[in-house]
Amino acid sequence: MNMANVEIALEIMGKGMGGIFVAIVVIMAAVMVLGKITGNKKDKEEE
Amino acid sequence: MGFLLDGIMAVTWQKMIMYAIGIGLIWLAVKKEYEPSLLLPLGFGAILVNLPYSGVIDQMVQGKVPAAGIIEWLFKTGIEASEAMPILLFIGIGAMIDFGPLLSQPVLFLFGAAAQLGIFVAIIVACMLGFDLKDAASIGIIGAADGPTSILVSQVLKSNYMGPIAVAAYSYMALVPIIQPFAIRLVTTHKERCIHMDYNPKSVNRALRISFPIAVTMIVGMISPQSVALVGFLMFGNLLRECCVLNTLSQSAQNELANLITLLLGITISFSMRAEQFVNPATLMIMALGLVAFVFDTIGGVLFAKLVNVFLKLAGKKPVNPMIGGCGISAFPMSSRVVQKMAAKEEPGNIILMQAAGTNVSGQVASVIAGGLVISIVTQYL
Repeated sequence: MNMANVEIALEIMGKGMGGIFVAIVVIMAAVMVLGKITGNKKDKEEE
Repeated sequence: MGFLLDGIMAVTWQKMIMYAIGIGLIWLAVKKEYEPSLLLPLGFGAILVNLPYSGVIDQMVQGKVPAAGIIEWLFKTGIEASEAMPILLFIGIGAMIDFGPLLSQPVLFLFGAAAQLGIFVAIIVACMLGFDLKDAASIGIIGAADGPTSILVSQVLKSNYMGPIAVAAYSYMALVPIIQPFAIRLVTTHKERCIHMDYNPKSVNRALRISFPIAVTMIVGMISPQSVALVGFLMFGNLLRECCVLNTLSQSAQNELANLITLLLGITISFSMRAEQFVNPATLMIMALGLVAFVFDTIGGVLFAKLVNVFLKLAGKKPVNPMIGGCGISAFPMSSRVVQKMAAKEEPGNIILMQAAGTNVSGQVASVIAGGLVISIVTQYL
């Protein structure tokens, strides 16, 4: 077993899962903001 | 007349194993209907490329005259040179996806992220088994539960095991109805599986549906530039669908384009199923690691949902059914159907399909982001 590679794999796991969550949280926030903006626009159009 | 026997004399036991594997894949595709659109071309291709002196791969006829082979050409042009085939397939996939259930409940995005855990667990286990980093990362991506992403990552990282990785990725996607219930039961109680969830979605207007693919492409492009090819083409396909002014193109992407590429992708990938590459103990290990990846994807998603429930309880809100966390993989819509079936089996009348579908769709976005991130992170260490 190459312990150096296993240690790198653990680092990759940390960075990878962290990166996915950061990207997903930013997308989620963007969707919420877009939802507000486009929702408001729709409301004004309806008025 | 001895030349007529040259081919027969050149058959080795390794090639015989590949013929059996090819026939086995065709049987799974036809009899069991396991991902037939990929496993059938892959199985037939496995036979084609392993025939002695096969004309579908480059040969020196009689050791003198070079002859180009169509499958080798397809592989070098469509996959090796630019990863064109898997990337173009994403246009079709994007055009097929309805992000509505996810956009109406954006919090479901988080479960898709958590269910990528299996990728990284499989990378660690692969390293423990002695695979080098680029192969381990390519094997781990089986856990993305997304065939084109697996093929693309293994190609970009120049893995020696693209054939077994593609076979494992597509086989386990077909086996989701067996793998996921097992993994979910490992980490949930009957009481948790019976949790009911209210479904009160917000309306999703056209402007949001159109701006979503643009926003995702820009955000992911800035955070993980290596994901742009995957996410960009996925979102381009989705934009074709949602803009409502290119219905013909959207239909073509969903049908003709996706079918044509799927048809060619399977038989092209079979180039990496030549006996000298495929028949070795590593293939068996890759199949086992693929299973590890799928199981830990599911467990990761479910445990994350249970963690969310702890906070929901503290906030005095109703918990989520943790099974929906397991749907955060890319196998759409199979995973959400499996979880709904489990919920109904545990308690008749329990409907969590829309939440499961939203989570499942988030898994599609998260898996391509994971693919890009794995490429960019792993290449830093090579």
